[in-house]
Amino acid sequence: MYILSENFFLIWESLTSQDDCMNKVVKNANEAIKGISDGMTLMLGGFGLCGIPENSINALVKSGVKNLTCISNNAGVDDFGIGLMLQGKQVKKMISSYVGENAEFERQLLSGELEVELLPQGTLAERCRAAGAGIPAFFTPAGYGTEVAEGKEVREFNGKQYIMEKAFESDYAIVKAWKGDTDGNLIFKATARNFNPLMAMAGKITIAEVEELVQPGELDPNFIHTPSIFVNRIFQGIDYEKRIEQRTIR
Amino acid sequence: MLTKEQIAQRIAKELKDGYYVNLGIGIPTLVANFVPIDIDVTLQSENGLLGMGPFPTEEEIEADLINAGKQTVTTLPGSVFFDSATSFAMIRSGRVDLTVLGAMEVNDKGDIANWKIPGKMVKGMGGAMDLVASAQNIIVAMQHTNRAGESKLLKELSLPVTGLGCVKKVVTNLCVMDITARGFELKELAVGVSVADVQAATEGRLIVEGDIPEISF
Repeated sequence: MYILSENFFLIWESLTSQDDCMNKVVKNANEAIKGISDGMTLMLGGFGLCGIPENSINALVKSGVKNLTCISNNAGVDDFGIGLMLQGKQVKKMISSYVGENAEFERQLLSGELEVELLPQGTLAERCRAAGAGIPAFFTPAGYGTEVAEGKEVREFNGKQYIMEKAFESDYAIVKAWKGDTDGNLIFKATARNFNPLMAMAGKITIAEVEELVQPGELDPNFIHTPSIFVNRIFQGIDYEKRIEQRTIR
Repeated sequence: MLTKEQIAQRIAKELKDGYYVNLGIGIPTLVANFVPIDIDVTLQSENGLLGMGPFPTEEEIEADLINAGKQTVTTLPGSVFFDSATSFAMIRSGRVDLTVLGAMEVNDKGDIANWKIPGKMVKGMGGAMDLVASAQNIIVAMQHTNRAGESKLLKELSLPVTGLGCVKKVVTNLCVMDITARGFELKELAVGVSVADVQAATEGRLIVEGDIPEISF
């Protein structure tokens, strides 16, 4: 009896520690980012500071993991979001579309400490979508005739020029949702959706942090944005600051 | 000479009923303030909002609801949110009727530069390259010259290009010009500005035909 129960415990342990196991709920951000190690490529959801995975970013900062390649539309601001990871010199390369709000970013870039690949925003989004959709590459008109097209295949379709862009490859995708259930279904709020559902589909392992974690059945299946199958780990975040970059009133 | 607001006001005259419009950051954003009341225009914000409303009141501010310039905004009846791939699907497939952008330089072939100053400024293109690669109708709002008084309407771009042959119309503090196969065609002049003033401020090929009317609003 004793041996049986010990075996059972061991099997249960090994099951719950696997990412394809049904139990996707983890306690907190520290647990969620387990396995993220030096040199990996991460996708981080958000547009500006809107819809960024705040808890996970803070946990990454605390973990000290470094030499990361980060795919994210923006690079945060100096003291919030991915800006915190830049300050800790944790990022080797950023793949973004717009990085104008971050002085530390610009300093590291111009001094050669940081590598950057700037891409058209729609290309960035589609390279995430393609990765999550089993599409290895696609043709887009964006960037034709510009620096972005350098080294990329060009083809003409119906008299117009297009460049080939490839699906991203990333080890982890980290997204922030408004509501999620313990199975991993996600709903995003307003413009905090942005890149999150695309990246959620695209990670080898996808981590979702949510403001409100509910039981299966509590979210209306008609209104789920990201189906659970794409999500490997989920947790309810705490203390969301949701900083506003440009507080503008009429 | 036109103020920034007047540039925006003049561009607003190009809006038509039923248009879906994407407004860039800066002067283009101001166009929203001058939409004629008798027409219905839907603003697309490429971070994932169709049907962008005005800025919120203090009470209405919502951190999760911003525009592409990261400013807090509101929704309107009929507004819809979507992800970034869907947003650029709208843009690349040509469903956005009018795009208004700022520019650092435009040349007389309709090429535009607005995303990078090598060695000095690296901000990125954001959605501008997708917009200029696909939009049929692009108007640029800009100052005619830089702070040193040098022309920003050129024969050849000096800065990295954002898109080729895409700009159809330019509204500056001095004038309105269409870009055709012949070059910059002068269409309207700001009050107090002469053809000679525009000629002096335009490095690219300028076409002046007949009497040029004054800009009206």
